[in-house]
Amino acid sequence: MTTTETQSDRVVRPTPSRDTWNVFTRELRPVVRDPFTLIFSLVQPLVFLGLFAPLLIGSSGAPASETLQWFVPGVLVMIVLFGTGAVGSNLQYEMMTGSHERTLVAPLARSSLLVGRALKEIAPIVVQALLIVLIAWPFGFTIHWGGLVLGLALLAVFGVGLGSLSYSLALATKDREWLFWGVQQTLIFPLLILSGMLLPLEQGPGWMRAVSTVNPVNWVVQAERALFAGDLGSMTVLWGWLAALALAAVGLAVGIRAIRRSN
Amino acid sequence: MTNDTMIDAEGLTKRFTVKKKTVEAVTDLSFTVSRGELVAFLGPNGAGKSTSLRMLTTLVPPSSGRARVVGHDIHREAAAVRARIGYVGQLTSGSFAQRVRDELISQGAFYGMPASAAKVRADELVESLDLTPFATRTVQQLSGGQKRRLDIALGLMHAPPLLFLDEPSTGLDPQSRSNLWQHILDLRQQHGTTVFLTTHYLEEADRYAERVMVMDRGRLIADDTAANLKAKLAGDVVTLGFASAEEAERAVGVVQGLTDREVRREGEASVTLAAPEGDALLPAAVRALDAVGLRVDRATAVPPTLDDVFLALTGRTLREAHETGGGDDEEQATENLTTENPQPTGAER
Repeated sequence: MTTTETQSDRVVRPTPSRDTWNVFTRELRPVVRDPFTLIFSLVQPLVFLGLFAPLLIGSSGAPASETLQWFVPGVLVMIVLFGTGAVGSNLQYEMMTGSHERTLVAPLARSSLLVGRALKEIAPIVVQALLIVLIAWPFGFTIHWGGLVLGLALLAVFGVGLGSLSYSLALATKDREWLFWGVQQTLIFPLLILSGMLLPLEQGPGWMRAVSTVNPVNWVVQAERALFAGDLGSMTVLWGWLAALALAAVGLAVGIRAIRRSN
Repeated sequence: MTNDTMIDAEGLTKRFTVKKKTVEAVTDLSFTVSRGELVAFLGPNGAGKSTSLRMLTTLVPPSSGRARVVGHDIHREAAAVRARIGYVGQLTSGSFAQRVRDELISQGAFYGMPASAAKVRADELVESLDLTPFATRTVQQLSGGQKRRLDIALGLMHAPPLLFLDEPSTGLDPQSRSNLWQHILDLRQQHGTTVFLTTHYLEEADRYAERVMVMDRGRLIADDTAANLKAKLAGDVVTLGFASAEEAERAVGVVQGLTDREVRREGEASVTLAAPEGDALLPAAVRALDAVGLRVDRATAVPPTLDDVFLALTGRTLREAHETGGGDDEEQATENLTTENPQPTGAER
C-alpha cells in the first residue's frame, strides 16, 4: 500500500539526539527569557555555605580551608539532589495542564522527553556550581581545574539519573501532587543524611555506615571530594562514576518505560 | 483503502480495568473518513469519544482491532502516524511557562522544520489566529479563548493533512466559540485539511459538520449527515391545538389517517407527531380536519434537532445522558481514566 508515501520523504522520523536537543532548547527558553529564577535558586546553597560551613569549621577544630575542601563538593551534590529531585513536579504540572500530552503526540523519541528535560536542569546547576566554587575560593578552598571539570561531568550524569527518577515518580503519581511530594520528601532526606554530605558518617553508629554503603549519593559525594582534591585516579572516583552511571541507566530505563505507559 | 482514505478503523475496542472490573470504553468501532471531510463525533460525556480519538492519535493502544491513519498503522507505525497528524487535546497544549511564539517555534522543531521555516510559519499562524498582540506573552497570561486559539495553532504548525480536535470549544463563551469555528472552517477551505472532532454541543455538530457520528456507551450508533439523520430518525415535530380535549381526541384518528408515524395527545387539547416533511403534512392535516368539522386553533411544525435524533436512537435525550455521565458510574470512571486527570478515589489514601 502506497497511500501517502509521496509525503513521507518530507515527514520527520524520531531521532533521539536531535529530539533531545529540541526538548532541551524548548525547556531552557523560559529560563533564558526570565533569568531571575536562576538567581533565586542560588540562595539555598549560599545559605548552607554561609550559615552551615562556619558551624562545621567551629566544631571540627580543623582549619577553614580543610573543612571547605570537605564541605563544598557535598554542597554541589546537594544542589543536584534538590534541583533534579524536584523536577518531576514541573512535568506533573504539564501533565495536568495538557502540554505533556501534546508532546506525546509529536513524533519525538520518547527518551528525548526525559533526557532533554533532565539536561535542562543540569545547565543552570553547572552555573551555580561554578559560582559556589568561586565564592569558596577566597576562604581557602583550592581549585583543581581538571578535577572541577570531571566533577561537574559526574554531577551531570548523576543529575540525569535522578531527574529521570523524579519524572518517573511524576508519571506514576499523575495529578496527585501530595503523593509526589510525600514520596519525594520521604526519600530525599535519608539520601541526603546517609550520604555524609553535611556531617561525616565516620562518627555515626555502625548501622548508619552500613546503610550508607548502598546509597549511590554517598559514592558520588566521595568521588566529588576526591576529584576536587585533585585525586583523579583514585578508586573512589571510579566507584562514584559507576554509581552515577548505574543511577542514570536505571533512571532512564524506568523513566522511558513510564513515559511509554503514561497514557 | 484508497489514496483518499484518511482514517480506516476496523473493530477498535478499548477495555480498562476499574476496581478489578473490566469496562469496555469503546466497542467494535469501524468507520472510514475520506480526505477533506469534516466529521463530528457526537455523544454524551463518557460515551467513549475521547478514548476513540486517543487510540487514533496513538496515545492509547487499542485492546483489539486495528486502524490506519493517513496510511499508517496506529500501533506498528505510531511514529509515522504522529508525523502526519495534528492533535488538539481537551486541555491546554501550550506549556504555561512558555511564550506563545516560542512554543510554536519549538513545536515546529519537534516536527523537523528548519528554524527559519518554523519562524515564518509561527508568525503566519499567530497572525491568522489573531494572536499577534500576545505573541510574547506566556501561555499562563492568555484568556481561555486565546489559549484555545494557540492550541489550534500548535496543532496546525506542521500543516498536517488530518487534524484531530477533542472538544475544541468546550468552556468557551459563545463569541469565542463561533470565532474558533470560523478559524476551523477557513482552514478547511484554504488547505483542504481533513478535520475530525469530538463535541457534546449538538448545535455545533448540526451547524458545521458535514457528517455526524453519534456515539453512546462505547458504540457507534449512527453515522450520516445531520440532515439525513434528522429526516430518517426524528422528523419535524408537528403540533396541532384545538378548543377542547374532546376535539383533540377526535383529531388523533383523523391525522393518523395521513401518516404512518404515531400520533399522540399532548397536554389538554393538542395532538402531536414527529414526521419527515412535517411542513407539508401540516396544511394537509388542517384541510383534512376542516373537512370533518374540526377547527385547528394553533399549529406548528418544528424542524428536529440532533437531540431528537439522539432521543430516537437511545430513548433518552443528550442532556439526560450528560447528567448520568453516559449511562452509569463505571463508564464515567473509564472516561476519567483516559484523561490526564483521573479522579482520586477514596481507596488511595
